[in-house]
Amino acid sequence: MIFKKFSIENKKARDLIPQAITVLALLSVIIYFATNAQINMGNRGISFGFGFLNQEASFDITFSMIEYDGSRSYGRAFLVGLLNTILVSAIGIFFATIAGVIVGVSRLSDNYLIAKVAEWYVEIFRNIPLILQIFFWYFAALRALPLPENGISFNDISFLTIKGWYVPKFIWTNFNIFLLSVIAAFIAIYFVNSYATKQREQFGKQLPTTTISLSTLILVPLITFLFFGVSLTFEYPVLKQLSPTVYTYEGGVSIIPELIALALALSMYTATFIAENVRAGILGVSKGQKEAAASIGLTKNQILKLVVMPQALRIIIPPTTNQYLNLTKNSSLAAAIAYPDIVLVFAGTALMQTGRAIEIISITMLTYLTLSISISIFMNWYNKKMAIKEK
Amino acid sequence: MNIISKPSKDNIKSYLPTGITLVFLSLLDVFVNAFFNYDLLGFFPSQISYFSPLIFGFIGLYLIRIEFSGIRSLDILNKNINSNNFNAFLTLLTLFILIKSIPPLLNWFILDANFVGNTKEDCTGDGACWVFIKVWFNRFMYGLYPDAEQWRINTAFLILFAIVGVSFFVSAKLKKYFILFLIFIYPFLGIELISGGGFGLKYVETAAWGGLSLTFIISAFAILFCFPIGVFLALGRRSSLPAIRYISIGFIELWRGVPLITVLFMSAVMFPMFLPDGTFIDKLIRVLIAITLFEAAYMAEVVRGGLQALPKGQYEAAKSLGMGYWRMNALIILPQALKLVIPGIANTLLALVKDTPLIFVVGLMELAGMIGLAKTNPKWLGMAMEGYVFAGLVFWIICYAMSRYSQNLEKKLSTER
Repeated sequence: MIFKKFSIENKKARDLIPQAITVLALLSVIIYFATNAQINMGNRGISFGFGFLNQEASFDITFSMIEYDGSRSYGRAFLVGLLNTILVSAIGIFFATIAGVIVGVSRLSDNYLIAKVAEWYVEIFRNIPLILQIFFWYFAALRALPLPENGISFNDISFLTIKGWYVPKFIWTNFNIFLLSVIAAFIAIYFVNSYATKQREQFGKQLPTTTISLSTLILVPLITFLFFGVSLTFEYPVLKQLSPTVYTYEGGVSIIPELIALALALSMYTATFIAENVRAGILGVSKGQKEAAASIGLTKNQILKLVVMPQALRIIIPPTTNQYLNLTKNSSLAAAIAYPDIVLVFAGTALMQTGRAIEIISITMLTYLTLSISISIFMNWYNKKMAIKEK
Repeated sequence: MNIISKPSKDNIKSYLPTGITLVFLSLLDVFVNAFFNYDLLGFFPSQISYFSPLIFGFIGLYLIRIEFSGIRSLDILNKNINSNNFNAFLTLLTLFILIKSIPPLLNWFILDANFVGNTKEDCTGDGACWVFIKVWFNRFMYGLYPDAEQWRINTAFLILFAIVGVSFFVSAKLKKYFILFLIFIYPFLGIELISGGGFGLKYVETAAWGGLSLTFIISAFAILFCFPIGVFLALGRRSSLPAIRYISIGFIELWRGVPLITVLFMSAVMFPMFLPDGTFIDKLIRVLIAITLFEAAYMAEVVRGGLQALPKGQYEAAKSLGMGYWRMNALIILPQALKLVIPGIANTLLALVKDTPLIFVVGLMELAGMIGLAKTNPKWLGMAMEGYVFAGLVFWIICYAMSRYSQNLEKKLSTER
């Protein structure tokens, strides 16, 4: 008895020693760094703190989704950068998903040519560093576009020029009613779908949920246009002469070339990885599943919708989440072509002006950590929802 | 009635030649249009003329879509590119786009490009100005490294390639020593050779290093260090000791949650604040530490995947043989786990190589950075396209070769279970 007790304690002690050493080592490194930082900041006459966020930033930002000018605070500048990061990530994720799914499905096409073209698309764009692709689009391809006076016109509605892409501006009246109607439509669709699921599981009835959902989504907002005074007009960009040689467009919205280059490169690069995930997911559904579904009399569309896709999605989603995260993090390469994202605005300009390296870099890193963690939490939730439910 | 009947073996004699003629005609039209700018079917009204190859080709492909025709090559063709209307349409569209895009690419890369000369003025054609690459080639490879000393970089890399090459042909026992030499002695030798300062070699500061050689140096060192760190982090994350496990998790998730560019920013502006006043760590070393730690976190997750995939029996069997933790991991677990995740390891190393251009944020210039420098040179403005296409090609070759090698390695090391 005594012997056993002794050996257990011995094991506990054996476990404790390496842990204690690691923790102590980590702590001493942190303390060493912290004291050094304190001394260094003392020498430079700055004290640690986040008060600078309320000071006037006094620098301009080329592209902003919210009101901003030099008289606003550093905190506001941070928000502008953050929103720009989110904007380019969202655009990138949207197009990368579409392109990725198309390329991934094409790689499995029984058409030899299509499969080969898709394969080479993946091989080419995956093996070139993203930063080079961004440089290529920004410094080489988009610089080859014409000047505003002979911009490439799409039906005189939008214009593609070296200075950016000018698109019509949406001018809404009673936008909030429209927004509410869209939300209401989504809620209605949710209830219809859960009712349809119940019907299917209890009575084996199939309701045309896709048709109902789509028509709700179109009809409900349409009604607000007709009866609730919602209206939408467009403000078109118009060419204007500033001086004998300088032209510009007035009105409309200008999408700056930095944003186009960044979104293009990010989505084309990430699409290759998503394509590989999609391909793996579809290949991962065993042939027997499709054959079994066919043998109980499901149609081809039903097989795809009810048997193949739910199983394929389960394989596709986790690695694709990682790709979304990577895209969001890669959007920080914006700093290389001066797209005003959070890194350029905050970790670049604001840091240069204030010299508060520790605070600003920590805030930037924490922001990315928060973005990453929130996307992964959302995706984990979605993943759990899609996972096999044993009954 | 016979004319519009479905193509089958019965009417093959009339349908096949007509179909082939139509497809040939449509391809020829696009080809002539693309290469000689002449509209073969221009006698049609202009609106139809634009789509005529598509219509002709589509009808042609429909006519030759004959099941079990008895002609082997036709059956293979139909099965692969012409199995239904939709596929036929896609095939035609792909072919047309490929044919259309060949002449402009060919013109830009070769026919209208300039290869001879020494200044921008020698580039008279509309195509690429490869003179730019030729003139700057030395800088693209060696950065601002002094011309007279460049043999040192060459020698360092030649020794590396020689050792790697020889180690393929020697016996397994000798190979072990070669690898040990490569990992533990060669790095110091190579750095000494390139940086200089001793043995009568002139000292070259790291700010002058650059170009493709810097890409290789950074990649090589980061790979060398990130691998063992990653393995230890992975073991730490799976450890039964809570303190070690949580520290590993925290470390891994911290690095994986932030973009590399902010890590490099940190190494450039924040890290010096943490050191005693007056200490200076070389920029290159700081960048190397940053990249190594960053990639090690990704490596750790890959290795963890391998560790988790191993059946529990392997651990239990090793323990029942009386092996301790380290012996069990080194001899039983890791060799199997690492083999399982070769594709993941290769992907991480590829990502590492592709991430090296980011060191521009701290002012170091490898290949992409040198091109950025060259294209802003007043004498060589407007050369961005050539520069980035060249850099893209170089990186593509390196990365493609790496991914192919990893696929081979995976096949070679795979053991049936």
